[in-house]
Amino acid sequence: MKNNSVKGTLVNLPLLIAIFCCSYSIATAETIHEERSKYRDITVTQVGDRRCLLFNVHRGDRNQTCMVLNDRNNLVFDYTRMSFAGLLLQPDPRSILVIGLGGGSIPMTFADLFPDAKIDVVEIDEAVVKVAEEYFYFNETENMTAYVDDGRPFIKRAGIRGEKYDYIVLDAFSGDYIPEHMLTREFLEEVKAIMTESSILVANTFSTSRLYDHESVTYQRAFNEFYNFKLPTSGNRIIIAKLGILPPREQLVAESRRSGPLLEKYGVRLADYPRRLTTRADWDMSRRELTDQYSPGNLLRGN
Amino acid sequence: MRKKQNRILPRAIITGMAFVSGFCIMTVEMLGARILSPYFGGSLSVWGSIITIFMLALAFGYLVGGTLSARNPSGKTYAMFFIGAALFSLPVILFADFIMEPIFLSIDDPRYGSLFASIFLFFIPTSILGMISPYSVRLMVESEEQSGSMAGLLYFVSTLGSAAGTLGTSFYFVLWFEVNQILWGAVLSLAFAGCIILFCEYLKKTNNDFASGVYEK
Repeated sequence: MKNNSVKGTLVNLPLLIAIFCCSYSIATAETIHEERSKYRDITVTQVGDRRCLLFNVHRGDRNQTCMVLNDRNNLVFDYTRMSFAGLLLQPDPRSILVIGLGGGSIPMTFADLFPDAKIDVVEIDEAVVKVAEEYFYFNETENMTAYVDDGRPFIKRAGIRGEKYDYIVLDAFSGDYIPEHMLTREFLEEVKAIMTESSILVANTFSTSRLYDHESVTYQRAFNEFYNFKLPTSGNRIIIAKLGILPPREQLVAESRRSGPLLEKYGVRLADYPRRLTTRADWDMSRRELTDQYSPGNLLRGN
Repeated sequence: MRKKQNRILPRAIITGMAFVSGFCIMTVEMLGARILSPYFGGSLSVWGSIITIFMLALAFGYLVGGTLSARNPSGKTYAMFFIGAALFSLPVILFADFIMEPIFLSIDDPRYGSLFASIFLFFIPTSILGMISPYSVRLMVESEEQSGSMAGLLYFVSTLGSAAGTLGTSFYFVLWFEVNQILWGAVLSLAFAGCIILFCEYLKKTNNDFASGVYEK
């Protein structure tokens, strides 16, 4: 806990590592960048033309983002593709908020799909922003801004300013540490404050461990009902929630036919999604709701 | 034997109190990040703010406690440290939002926001808890030769208490209880510790009165 700051020496370290790794990568074509940021170890690897971003690789974490360099539009991971299922409910977002940048594939796809939409990306780790820019072609544009900030205060401030977003993606929960203050009922109430009746919240969450039950109960209390979205090929569970009543399935099917072709080039098979969305509760509803008073997410995950 | 009679508090009591204060300091410190995160996030700088303010508060408390111990040390003052720390911890439970909200609204940078919030929430109770250590040394020491070994024993026990408070809070209490329930536990333990000291004082006083013949009429 009492962390001796080595920030001063770290300033030049990424550069040195980058130089070292670049020369190293010619020989092995494996690790092309390694860096220890304030929050995690960041590794960029490349096999052939597939480039991946990994966090805390020494502790056995999985890939955060992968990109096929010759086909940069194509989203490699299911959970990234699944984050676009919210388009079935909100097909034309004018303002988009993405919490958690990773390699930037979600915001870049949004920017490609909706060039006129305002996109705000919030990432706690400035080193991740830099890596996304240098290795994954992430670029801030006139409409897309990356903020180095914690998601919760960012959303709280946006709510106080009265700002609203049409499409909100919560993707801050990958990696081996869970930001517990972004799992709570109070946080979801703050998220609701930046939503309108037509806004959609898409949260990439946990599909295993006791945390699944606690998290589901918390979302249920905050939104009454939400779409639970899982794919057999993915270990992730996506929660899709909105204020008010969820649209009937027919509407989703119709929308998937309309928007599906637009998303094909990203590898998102929208037509398959409506039948995978369910409101059926497959979790233990007796589990305790997570609140600012009770949110031991990291401990629950281990059980 | 005479010396023992004059000792303000039994050594076992003082040692136990050192453990309780160490335990409570770290319990509150560990919960600090949880309390601040809804407003200032969970970044490294929030931990930095909390640890900085706890260290400064303890430093200040050590100094003041040491100075107070030089003037007519008494069990009553010692008890007041515990009761005072308990009372001044109450705002953390009862008014945390009222304290943090205006700071959140007026300071954009979460580093300074969390620093100021830590000052207002934790500085006073933690500095009072810091006063306990030097004061305990004064109450334990009867001769110059003992001073080192008594100080060593107290550091040992209070740091053990800190370790137990850290582990207990971060491994188990947050899984079993709500933040405020844990804080109430710390507040009540401190208040209870203060009452035990007052009770010892009372016992000693009646004993002394008895010995000096007040009741022999």
